[in-house]
Amino acid sequence: MNAPREPAMTAPVLDLAADFPILARRVNGRRLAYLDNGATTQKPAAVIDAEARFYRESNANIHRGVHWLSQHATALYDAARATVQRFINAASADEIVFTRGTTEAINLVAQSWGRPRLTAGDEILLSTMEHHSNIVPWQLVCEQTGAVLKVIPVSDDGELDMEAFEGLLGERTRLLAITHVSNALGTVNPVAAMTRRAHEVGAVVLVDGAQAVAHQAVDVQAIGCDFYAFSGHKLYAPTGIGALYGRAELLRHMPPWQGGGDMIRTVAFDKTTFAPPPQRFEAGTPNIAGAIGLAAAIDYVQGVGMEHIHAHEQALLAYGTRALQDIPGVRLVGTARDKAGILSFLVEGIHPHDLGTILDAEGVAIRAGHHCAMPLMTRFGIPGTARASLALYNGEADLDALVAAIHKAQDLFGTRHDSGRRT
Amino acid sequence: MSDMQDSLRELYQEVIFDHNRNPRNYRPLPAASHHADGHNPLCGDQLTVYLQVEDGIVREASFVGHGCAISTASASLMTEAVKGKRVEDVEALFRDVHALLTGTQDAEAPVRDFGKLQVLAGVKEFPVRVKCATLAWHTLHNALTGEHETAHTE
Ligand SMILES: Cc1ncc(COP(=O)(O)O)c(C=O)c1O
Repeated sequence: MNAPREPAMTAPVLDLAADFPILARRVNGRRLAYLDNGATTQKPAAVIDAEARFYRESNANIHRGVHWLSQHATALYDAARATVQRFINAASADEIVFTRGTTEAINLVAQSWGRPRLTAGDEILLSTMEHHSNIVPWQLVCEQTGAVLKVIPVSDDGELDMEAFEGLLGERTRLLAITHVSNALGTVNPVAAMTRRAHEVGAVVLVDGAQAVAHQAVDVQAIGCDFYAFSGHKLYAPTGIGALYGRAELLRHMPPWQGGGDMIRTVAFDKTTFAPPPQRFEAGTPNIAGAIGLAAAIDYVQGVGMEHIHAHEQALLAYGTRALQDIPGVRLVGTARDKAGILSFLVEGIHPHDLGTILDAEGVAIRAGHHCAMPLMTRFGIPGTARASLALYNGEADLDALVAAIHKAQDLFGTRHDSGRRT
Repeated sequence: MSDMQDSLRELYQEVIFDHNRNPRNYRPLPAASHHADGHNPLCGDQLTVYLQVEDGIVREASFVGHGCAISTASASLMTEAVKGKRVEDVEALFRDVHALLTGTQDAEAPVRDFGKLQVLAGVKEFPVRVKCATLAWHTLHNALTGEHETAHTE
């Protein structure tokens, strides 16, 4: 388990909202306080321009043309793959498969690694705090193979029960599929330690990095996991692009999961041979502009510095946590010791959906609902929460706007305690 | 004040808060002749509507469940509105309320006085919330038509 961490006492350090054109627009006549970054992040001009520049100057299909533009586009696409490799410190660019996002990456592993290997009674270990996209692909593969799901429970604070984890690990455990950061609670899971334990029983490990890569430096070799999945759109990149990291040894032995152009070596009606990874897993024309946008986003965050982004968001998290705890009637859901910038909460007497509507009228964009984590909501006995999730461009002003809007909602609902601050 | 602020105040009126805080007819009905469940998976809203129908007249109507202020108030107002009405009048009311909430009213049709239910029309300005207000009504409709499938508003 992680050592208890002192709340960050440093002030937020970044002031980069000006890099994001959309943040200048007003919503419902108010300054936009965009606090729905867990759903998707806004895009810096550098990313928008990179994608537009690709279409203006470099567009062609890849791996197919003898002409200059095609070779140029292919070089850009390959360079984007190398950028992703360096970003998460994979050993080789061939270990990076471009996908539509996290969901597709996990489905790829489920169908290409899981389906041919798993047999009746094999166990897939995941946790109560998984996003539906790290649950449903495994349920599908369980139906196909007879494998079964085992679930690591979560404490009241929103931490994984590591004793239960130890108890659930066994010789039938074939796969550990675990989220790096919980999208609903903000909990950062000790994925490196869990990977070591899972490897000791011979299991393969997939880490869902959707909520992690934009908020802290990620090193897949240091984690030691076999697969790591993430989405570009939560990392300031366009939608429709993401990546799967897979260790070369595993990818090499996995069959294709979709067939088509670009993934073959030779095709004949009696026998087709497949290209080596990563092409084997990228059937058809990929999202070329998206990959280039993703590389631009990675260049952007690396230019800022992942350590600065992390420090900034931790300072905001501490600020927001205190501010919400100071509002009588507000309860935080997810109070793990090690957290990313996600504040899930409930306001007494106000349903999250009503709260979301009222906050929206104040220009404060949050998410209300189950956050695609229904089993987790059931675990906490709640239909959903309101969630404010942070990004590098947020500042204290966004959280101040959140707090002011919650007060407004409490006034409207007549549930504001007059007693001021809680002691 | 922005348009959005006006719309907000039009939706969140005292009637809504009152029925949210103190929902009317909030109880199961052991003698119910009709009942149905409704569920909006997106928000987790869940309710059961009970009706006691005798001689083609809705003698009793009640509900239990949980949801946001809009869905709770809508269910509460609905139970008050349908009590004592003939089944066919309740079905007509369902259609008219549905049109009112979704902004699909027939301009040619005679104007109905919705009474207290008029307050629910405020959801029209909040497309993602319309389903909160219609859930109870779909469930009512299912109860009357004997469709035992859970009503979904998604
Ligand atoms: C933890 C987690 N996993 C997976 C996903 C799915 O990502 P995507 O919808 O981009 O495939 C999300 C985002 O919604 C997430 O937060």
